[in-house]
Amino acid sequence: MSDVLLTVSGVSKHFGGVVAVDDVSFELKAGEIVGIIGPNGSGKTTLVNIITGFVRPDKGRVVFKKEDITGKPPYHITDVGIARTFQMIRPFYQLPAYKNLIPSLFSPRVRRLLGGKYGDRDAVAMDILEEVGFERDSSVPYKSARNLPHGYLKRLELGRCIALRPEVIILDELFSGMSIAEVTSTVPIIEKLRDEGIAIIMIEHRLRELFQITDHVLVFNFGRKIAEGTPEEVMNSNEVKEAYLGSEEIEEEETAC
Amino acid sequence: MFAAILIYGFINSSILALVAMGFNLTFGISGVANFAYGAIYIFAGFLVWIFLNTLGVNYFFSIILSFLSSFLLGYLMYRFVILRVRGLPLSEVMATFGLGLAIMELFRYLDFVGVKYSLPVFIDGSVSIGGHFIDYQRLLIAVIAVVMTVAFYFFTHYTKLGLAFRAIAQDDETALTLGIDPDRIGAFSLALGSSLAALAAIIILPLGTISVENGYEVLINALAVCIVGGLGSTVGVIVASVLVGYSQTLTANYIEPHWMILVSLAAIAVVLVVKPSGIFGKQKELEERV
Amino acid sequence: MERRKERIDRGVKVRSDGIYALNSYREVFYLAFPRLIPILGLLVICPLFSEYWKEVFVSTAVYALLAVSWELLYMGGLISLGQSLFYGVGAYIAGALNAYWGVPPILSLPIATLVGGVFCTLMLLPVLRLRGIYFAMVTLVLPLLLSRFVEATRILGGTEGLTGIDSFSSQWVAFYLVQVALLVAFFGFRRLEGSDYGLVIKGINDNDRAIMSSGINIYWYKTQILFMAGAVGAFAGAYGAHYDMFAGIPGFALDYSILPIAAAAVGGMGSFAGPLLGAFILVPLSEILRALGALRIVFYGLFLVFAVVGLPEGLFHFIRRKYEQIERWVEVDKG
Repeated sequence: MSDVLLTVSGVSKHFGGVVAVDDVSFELKAGEIVGIIGPNGSGKTTLVNIITGFVRPDKGRVVFKKEDITGKPPYHITDVGIARTFQMIRPFYQLPAYKNLIPSLFSPRVRRLLGGKYGDRDAVAMDILEEVGFERDSSVPYKSARNLPHGYLKRLELGRCIALRPEVIILDELFSGMSIAEVTSTVPIIEKLRDEGIAIIMIEHRLRELFQITDHVLVFNFGRKIAEGTPEEVMNSNEVKEAYLGSEEIEEEETAC
Repeated sequence: MFAAILIYGFINSSILALVAMGFNLTFGISGVANFAYGAIYIFAGFLVWIFLNTLGVNYFFSIILSFLSSFLLGYLMYRFVILRVRGLPLSEVMATFGLGLAIMELFRYLDFVGVKYSLPVFIDGSVSIGGHFIDYQRLLIAVIAVVMTVAFYFFTHYTKLGLAFRAIAQDDETALTLGIDPDRIGAFSLALGSSLAALAAIIILPLGTISVENGYEVLINALAVCIVGGLGSTVGVIVASVLVGYSQTLTANYIEPHWMILVSLAAIAVVLVVKPSGIFGKQKELEERV
Repeated sequence: MERRKERIDRGVKVRSDGIYALNSYREVFYLAFPRLIPILGLLVICPLFSEYWKEVFVSTAVYALLAVSWELLYMGGLISLGQSLFYGVGAYIAGALNAYWGVPPILSLPIATLVGGVFCTLMLLPVLRLRGIYFAMVTLVLPLLLSRFVEATRILGGTEGLTGIDSFSSQWVAFYLVQVALLVAFFGFRRLEGSDYGLVIKGINDNDRAIMSSGINIYWYKTQILFMAGAVGAFAGAYGAHYDMFAGIPGFALDYSILPIAAAAVGGMGSFAGPLLGAFILVPLSEILRALGALRIVFYGLFLVFAVVGLPEGLFHFIRRKYEQIERWVEVDKG
């Protein structure tokens, strides 16, 4: 058993009368990919927002490497090593793609890891973009984000996370809006990150692609974790079947935003 | 002494509530922070004076005309200025601020300065309450403030137009799909806010002289009440006016009248530090967390 | 045959990368010319005017400093409606140092700049966490609060203000000091804007969520730009106090708040050259219109409205486009 990086224990959050997240606990180990699935509105994104400090939980604790990070501001949580992508992407549209990575490379965390120096940020940004599938010798990395197709912007988000050299990456519906070819080319990038020892949480609606790369899945419904285990286990569980009953078309339900 | 503070504090609170109501209404419905609010207040006051003294219209019709002009001014402001920068709060702020400044300083330039710029009270005389003489005008202010707040509550909760207002305030895109035109409601909200400013001016200004500084003071008081109570909240305005009103009266009584406006300013500062959305505020998006 | 307008970049700059590829002196001149205008204009051409106009250019530079400071805040998404806060604080600090303890301008200016910057930062620190119009509201309120405070407590000379403050040793020192300070602030901030630091600041305005999730403490960065803007504004105030030999409540007056915003709006927000250009249009213009007295502020107000509503781009961006691009009509076939 490798060491536990992130522990979420008994986390709950209400918005008015709605229970968004209800008493959720799980653990994340280095070098593992955990998938989180569930119908829309089942509290997946709220959970991510709680872990990354954008929402303060009513109850429960989030512990990262023995440090209690519950309710800490988002920049602090990123600083200790948890990076995330957003479901609703909002890149800096007027900037060239590679400049979108500059804030991440400019962060105190990266400077600390580089021993107080920033290095040549533009060059590093180009390297990372190549890593996430931007064609280095083309004009693509220089194009302003406004002119890039959606699939590239999604991978730009991933690049933004990688630039932070995190220990945990949380991908909030990274695959949604990507073409099949794009997903196929993105999967090896994620697997490579896992092999480097980074722990990854993936929230996904595209189950087929998700099950290719993960063997540990959490299922959410109405804010509660209703099942946990390998893809086969959870898909055969009665509770999961119930949750998904009548929502066979889940793959078409992907939020385009 | 105690009774006097109680009475005058209540009147002061009524004044604040009246002054803040229009600003709050506009913000609550269309999200426009009308920084020209103080300008409209003195605009209405001076207009009554002009009708009354320069054009010789009788007092009642002067008031009506001024009231309608303010309504029109608010509407035109929306139509020709705010509509073009709608949805850009910072541009809205700058545009209304610039406009308000232009209006107020125009009056200063036209030499509307001096004691002669005052309006007659509605009913002369005073009444004794518990040994303290309260003039009818002040009494009227208190009554109108109470009536207005009650009427307002019913308007926004029980009439079709009021409900449409609240729908817009909640989500203008959804309201659009329900057949409510946000631009028409927005224009109306500004016009209504402006005419409330005019109403406040018409009944409050007879207490003293009309001066350009009034405009700035009114804007600050309106901001203070709305920030303390929570922008866009009707209940907040009432509670905040009482809070700020009584603290102002106490300050004026025990320290110095000079410090009264300082109370408003300090109240803004304190609330913004302690609870930025105000006592009854629901403006969640103003706080940093997503 | 139909015609359409075509815009062509002059092509000196590799636009996507902000890298300049210079091949000839002509191109060097092309790039240097716009930058030389403010330098030569302020240091060489302005002094050629009469004494009266030199004084006008001094007050223009003071307003321009406030406008540049305003633009820095705007870059970070903070709209200041009270640049007079910075001016008044700077003026009172320098004035008090000089009037009470006889500190000469050579010391009082830097002290007022730094202390004023810190003081303004501390005053505005609580609202830095809030978005939208709150910062604007509080900056509008604070100068009024301070002037009422001075009035009520009668400290720092009360309504009379502090008089008899030392002036600069000569008119030339005074003139060049403020022009050089303006150029330093202007080119310094431009440099900052072009750097990765500036990118982060603009990013906060654009999408604070993304900057936060990059592990950057946005409040700390906002505090930094607030300090820089406050310091520049306080310098303008301190300079003004020594130049006018007076520091008082007029330092918190609306002139110092509205003119920088109007200048930025007329000249073009979103670049530092815009507010500078705007200040050098509006202040001399108001000198010409001096006979109008209080009507000045009316004009500033209206300028602001017109600029925000009708000319959101501002003059500078328009000029720059004309300079960087060739426009021509080309004929196109209809088929």
